[in-house]
Amino acid sequence: METAPQFFRNGPGPFARLFIFAILSCLLIAEDTRFKYFPQLRQIISVIILPLQRIAYIPSDIYDQVEKFSASFNLLEENIKLRQLYLDRREQLLRLEALEAENTHLRRLLGAVQQIETTAKTKVVLAEIQYTPRDPFNHKITLNKGSYHDIELGQAVIDDKGIVGQITQLYPWSSEVTLLTDKDHAVPIQVVRNGLRSIVSGTGKNNELELRYLSVNTDIQQGDLLVTSGIGGVYPPGIPVATVLKIEQDPAGDFALVTSAPIAGVNRNRQVLVLSLAQVESNDSQEMPTIESGTN
Amino acid sequence: MILKRCQQLNPERIKENNSVKENYLGQDMYVPASSSFIATSLVIALILNFLPLQGDLLIARPDFVAFAIAYWNINHPHKLGMSVAFGMGLMVDVGNAGILGQHALAYCVIFYLTQIFGRRLRLFSLLKQAPQIGFFLLIMQIVFALVALSSGSTLPGWKYFHATIAGALLWAPASFVIALLLKPKPDSSSL
Repeated sequence: METAPQFFRNGPGPFARLFIFAILSCLLIAEDTRFKYFPQLRQIISVIILPLQRIAYIPSDIYDQVEKFSASFNLLEENIKLRQLYLDRREQLLRLEALEAENTHLRRLLGAVQQIETTAKTKVVLAEIQYTPRDPFNHKITLNKGSYHDIELGQAVIDDKGIVGQITQLYPWSSEVTLLTDKDHAVPIQVVRNGLRSIVSGTGKNNELELRYLSVNTDIQQGDLLVTSGIGGVYPPGIPVATVLKIEQDPAGDFALVTSAPIAGVNRNRQVLVLSLAQVESNDSQEMPTIESGTN
Repeated sequence: MILKRCQQLNPERIKENNSVKENYLGQDMYVPASSSFIATSLVIALILNFLPLQGDLLIARPDFVAFAIAYWNINHPHKLGMSVAFGMGLMVDVGNAGILGQHALAYCVIFYLTQIFGRRLRLFSLLKQAPQIGFFLLIMQIVFALVALSSGSTLPGWKYFHATIAGALLWAPASFVIALLLKPKPDSSSL
């Protein structure tokens, strides 16, 4: 007995299908924003789309090559300029070394615990910004180096001016950086002028950061420089983060509204540095001073 | 009874209906697109979506994958399944570094809308289709905004909807080009 060929497609109707897939998507959204049970899913998809992304970068790669070629004509001039800059900086660095030595000497005289020397232990990886993903709700950028280049989750990313953000998603050949301005991002900071410690958080708007929960009579002024305090262990201390733009001290409210602007810019240059504060190393350096201070 | 119905049919409407009919009959017959052609177009759409753009250009860039899904679903229904739209959405989500699942949801909604309204849309000329496609794209943007709002983001400015307008403007020229590509080449050996 033969069955007749089917004339019409069977199976669930369009709305039923939409319903099934919508529920599946909503589960995925909830999983991704709240629970994060399968981080591998993202990794797998990222490997699938990697060749497509590479093809998409070809035009910009060609543009870069052409730009590099045209820039090579005034290489000599640039070299002289850079040499001059190097000498200038070298002089500052020498002074810094002298100051550091003096500082440790004074600290020893005071009998204070030595500061953790994280700056000497940091390892730096130079990475290039690959592209800005198109999602107006998130503030992220993608770098061209990933776990294959010894980059780890949670490392700080800086440019020549200050902090850019933190690595939040790692792929084998690329990584995602959540920028300071992202609404879920916060940095422990210190005001350079008076050493006041606080936390600066992103607002989700471009070029705007917020200092939350500072009482109305806090000593903070327009133009104050905010640097990382090093508390929390993600960011090394002393790197510029933002300058205070505007302070609204509403006597009726409990807290002052302090807005600040980040110092580092993502759209200015393409090279950034990824700083690694390796856990093991920082533990070592933490132990060293305690032994020394014990003997002193 | 019949008189009443005759009164209802006013001459302008008949003319309009006739013009739509002529328009529809005047269209070139669609050549079935091969699966490989559709697959290639989807891959190209993905690559276009991953182009590294910056600033306003990035915000105003139309969503090429949504565009491709809408095109194939309207002009060649039953070639794509909703699972394809879902999978493409996941890939775009990872590429965009957004919340995993939001593009998947939006593309499924686009797929559903074009499946329901596809036959009706084909009655119109490409220029008349464009605003209706724009409306679908607008619904997609609203889905993104709702997902983002649910996770605590604030709404971006009006620039956010530039992509919808760009997509609607692109509809007519892009559909025209795809139809040209699909046209069978005249066989020189035949009479």
